[in-house]
Amino acid sequence: MSTFSNEIRLETLKMLKTRGFGHLGGSMSIVDTLAVLYRDIMKIDPSNPSWSERDYLVLSKGHAGPALYATLALKGYFDLSLLQTLNNNGTSLPSHCDRLLTPGIDMTTGSLGQGISSAVGIAKALKIENKPNRVFTIIGDGELDEGQCYEALMFSYHHKLDNLIVFVDENKLQLDGYTVDILDQKNITEKIASFGFHTVKVDGHNEEKIKEAIINAMNTKHVPSCIVLDTVKAKGVKAFEGDIGNHHIRFSKQQEIIIDEVIKQLEEALK
Amino acid sequence: MSVHILDTAIQSSQELRSTYAETLGELIAENKKIVALEADLMGAIKTKSVQDAYPNNFVNCGIMEANMVGVASGLSVRGFTPFMHTFGPFATRRCFDQLFLSIGYSKLTLKVIGSDAGVSAAHNGGTHMPFEDLGLARLIPNSTVLEMSDHIMFKDILKQVSSLPGLHYIRMVRKAMDQLYREDSTFEIGKGIVLRDGSDCTIIATGIMLIEAIKARELLASEGISAAVIDMFTIKPIDQKLLIEYAKKTKLLVTAENHNIIGGLGSSVLEALALEQVRVARVGVLDRFGQVGTQDFLQEEYNLTALDIVKAVKENL
Repeated sequence: MSTFSNEIRLETLKMLKTRGFGHLGGSMSIVDTLAVLYRDIMKIDPSNPSWSERDYLVLSKGHAGPALYATLALKGYFDLSLLQTLNNNGTSLPSHCDRLLTPGIDMTTGSLGQGISSAVGIAKALKIENKPNRVFTIIGDGELDEGQCYEALMFSYHHKLDNLIVFVDENKLQLDGYTVDILDQKNITEKIASFGFHTVKVDGHNEEKIKEAIINAMNTKHVPSCIVLDTVKAKGVKAFEGDIGNHHIRFSKQQEIIIDEVIKQLEEALK
Repeated sequence: MSVHILDTAIQSSQELRSTYAETLGELIAENKKIVALEADLMGAIKTKSVQDAYPNNFVNCGIMEANMVGVASGLSVRGFTPFMHTFGPFATRRCFDQLFLSIGYSKLTLKVIGSDAGVSAAHNGGTHMPFEDLGLARLIPNSTVLEMSDHIMFKDILKQVSSLPGLHYIRMVRKAMDQLYREDSTFEIGKGIVLRDGSDCTIIATGIMLIEAIKARELLASEGISAAVIDMFTIKPIDQKLLIEYAKKTKLLVTAENHNIIGGLGSSVLEALALEQVRVARVGVLDRFGQVGTQDFLQEEYNLTALDIVKAVKENL
């Protein structure tokens, strides 16, 4: 775990703890990818979120907003104190991402399957404009139940959107249980590769591997890329990792104690 | 805005799909930020000429309406103005959540052209016959919902919306319609047009029902009943001022629409007049699904003829 990913995890947990509930599992599983993207890869200007030369991130699994909000705040898009307003009445940080409310959020998402299409549209627009900006999108493995994802994949291949990188957060869980039990996706990596994508699977908690995969994907011409992230849902909170109830948690007193303990550990590690 | 109403409607041979292709080509020639999207119905709407002339501004997505709306949202994020065409049912109910969230809720721009309005779907039948598209489009906050009256209006409206932000749903008949307006007419979105004036009752109509309304007016005149005819081509936002004016001026309002009477023009008029002392009768599809047939047969089957309007007036006046 890097300093940045520890910071993102810390801020994510603090904001969820303050609110008392939230999408902990799917937020924590993408932290390491967000750390790599926002620290090492993406061309961004936090002081100018609508900069037209920027790279885009569409968090198609919009319920993981808290992890992205923490990342954006740490990058300086807005003040860290705003994180404590998550899901408050009238907040600019809603449970699912909203492009109109939060600086740095490139697309409104939440209805699963739609974000990937929007990302594909941005990538197509950049091709029409002949611009070098890149588009990253993160979808969930459960989200792949939505047929629209496959429409978007086919479209991306046909239009040779090599400015697009699709991440699949394969944390193996969806709201009602294990993805393999709800709707068996078989081999996601092979399946997406069969759509013509440059596809690799990496340890989604190994920043070096993620970074290497992204750089390789960026150097792959004429076809879009997909990086399947082998992740653990709720990664970083041992007690919740792999627990089928971790998609959205309303914290009990016992669970608050667990989170406080992890917060303390992260603060120690960051000292 | 200057609308020039023809005293007598002309039987035009100009198909609205040709108007779409021609106008789209003209708009793209002037503005390279316009992109036309199709979902494998380019042949039905005759836009191949646009694709050939402007391949960079034309995307035939394949048969994927949901993704087409998503792609449109991404284009809009980058400042493009996407136009998207498919048959009305596929342009609305097939991709409603995408229109609602990826465009409407996200405050992005998309011009949706829904073709084969109601019974004009004819031999494509019930699966392709939208009696609900206006209702659906109306339910998206801040949407603008229009039904085209003739090719003159269609051309002008296409030009207008190409420089307007937001979601516009434009319902159209693909083939030729009777021409109601002079070529140099321009229209104001949100303003109804008094096509013919009258003093006893008012027929408020859209699309193919306008010509039926004009015929009904003539039939009623022969029986000594004076009917006004209003072209309410903007279903949302509806021209409440004009409705109230005619609710006061005449004794009965009759809406006439090639759509379910639930959700479309009739509903919009009733909503706009909810606080007025007024009687409103609705002519339209009575909560039914579509079916195959010639347009003439279907208009009779679904009570969408001049005689149905006359009957509604006489029963309620």
